[in-house]
Amino acid sequence: MNLSRREQVIGRAFLIALIVVTLLPFVSMLSAALQPRGTVPSGLEWPSDPQWGNFADAFTAANMGALLRSSLLIVAGVVPVSVLIATMAGFGLGQLRVPGARLVFGLFLLGLTLPFEAVVTPLYYQMQDLGLLNTRWAIILPLIGLYMPFAVFWMRAHFTNVPVELSEAARVDGSSTWQLFWRVQVPLARPAIASLTILMFLWTWNQFLLAIVLVDDASKRTMAGALGAFQGQWGTDLVLLCAGSLLILTPTLIVFLIFQRQFIKALIQGSVKG
Amino acid sequence: MTSALGSAPTGRDDRRVRPTPTRAHRFRWARAAGTGWLYVLPALVMYAVFVLRPLVLTLQYSLYDWNGIGVARWVGLDNYLTVFTDSDLLKIIGNAIVLIVFFSFIPVALGLLVASMVRRITTGTFGTVVRTILFLPQVIPLVAAGIAWSWLLSSNGLINQVLRAVGLGGVARAWLGDFDTALPAVGVIGAWVLLGLCTILLVTGMSKIDPALYEAARLDGAGPVREFLAVTLPSLRQEIGVCLTVTIIAALASFDIVYISTSGGPGLQTTVPGLEIYRLAFSQRQVGLASALAVVLMLLVLACVLPIQRLSRGEKP
Repeated sequence: MNLSRREQVIGRAFLIALIVVTLLPFVSMLSAALQPRGTVPSGLEWPSDPQWGNFADAFTAANMGALLRSSLLIVAGVVPVSVLIATMAGFGLGQLRVPGARLVFGLFLLGLTLPFEAVVTPLYYQMQDLGLLNTRWAIILPLIGLYMPFAVFWMRAHFTNVPVELSEAARVDGSSTWQLFWRVQVPLARPAIASLTILMFLWTWNQFLLAIVLVDDASKRTMAGALGAFQGQWGTDLVLLCAGSLLILTPTLIVFLIFQRQFIKALIQGSVKG
Repeated sequence: MTSALGSAPTGRDDRRVRPTPTRAHRFRWARAAGTGWLYVLPALVMYAVFVLRPLVLTLQYSLYDWNGIGVARWVGLDNYLTVFTDSDLLKIIGNAIVLIVFFSFIPVALGLLVASMVRRITTGTFGTVVRTILFLPQVIPLVAAGIAWSWLLSSNGLINQVLRAVGLGGVARAWLGDFDTALPAVGVIGAWVLLGLCTILLVTGMSKIDPALYEAARLDGAGPVREFLAVTLPSLRQEIGVCLTVTIIAALASFDIVYISTSGGPGLQTTVPGLEIYRLAFSQRQVGLASALAVVLMLLVLACVLPIQRLSRGEKP
């Protein structure tokens, strides 16, 4: 590493500038959220008399309690099932190498770059036929399907790198595939499963398009979908809008801060198997 | 949605070493292949029902004139003809391509600039803090990014406040409402969202490059620019490929940010394909045309992403 001091300092300065740019929107929102209700805030000024009560008002106005419950229900419906079936499929494709695995995997890869907009219209009519429009199932079921390409890709990548000898040994010991999967493979796959779980949680929480198309009632949507409705309702009351947006952001931030190490590692490893 | 496309699935192609084929074993292996399918099946069923079936239906709808309720009328490729000839629709596709510059090129270029100077984000607390903060935009809902930036870019938002403070008050305007600046302003929001992700990926890639390569380059008398072109760029091919793939998909399939910050206005200045599909299908009741646009969008994404995959996966020199 023969970097000259000057280059190091410039590099640091760039990083600091990036950090400032990244944080400014949040700071500016906070400064607006603390102004007295009914005033017109300007860009960034620390309020002389910060109105922390605005957050309580926003909590009531946004019906946060119901939103949190709804988001959690959707996450509970999507994440465990997605992770389980993707892990099983990854095991089948990457470790058991079932006949035709390549073909099936190719089929999954097709969906990897698929914009959700490309299937949202037929999904609407499909949900209508199933009588599920405006229920949480209308978000849960399609999301599980839409996550499969990435989730199977992710888990298969893990399982192809597990030495087959492990499975061989378990087989010779006379354990069934089911036992092999649960007792040997799943414990080994724990890091891959954990990072997939975190990603799925965040994507579900932040899913917007499906929420606004398939569910009209904001209290049955994801957090992001609800935030869209909140903006429609309070868009002119900037103070409340900023307070509400920050509130709606908070759970995501908390989860991210708790798991940030695994999350960042997961993203880096997932995108570049180095 | 961030998806990871950069890694070639590393399927080891060695034939499985089978244990001595006694009859009992052979029987067990045969059964294992059968049960193996049962493991793949649940995922495949969900994917088939909620992705492949709608995909086929999108293709089917795109060949009809249908309002979503009444009888559908077969029109063949007319909808596609409309997509490629209607000036509004062409403009909308053009908007998505303009956004690529902001969503992809700016974050990747800046990320490379930072990466070539930083080489590794220091370990320890400072490194963790830097990484955490730079990742924030990836974690929050895009809707929230849209709301935050709508406020920053508004008439009395922070951007104009800064401009007035440095005596550029004449330039100040409602950036997202102005006919000339709305699309670049939306692009800036996307750049902000993706900048941290690209920077971290590229800096991480940077830290894996063998320092000996740089030593060699320096010994050969290469300046910083030569060094960057001869060592950094080729070594980071994979990471650059990932960044471009993720950001181009984000640009072409953008919806949330535009819906929240401008609703596609003023006029059609910031309308993107995703938003137009939504409008055509659910407010103008032109399901056929919406589906044709959806198919074109899908193909556009593939046309941009597949060559990048090819290039970035090639053997490293």
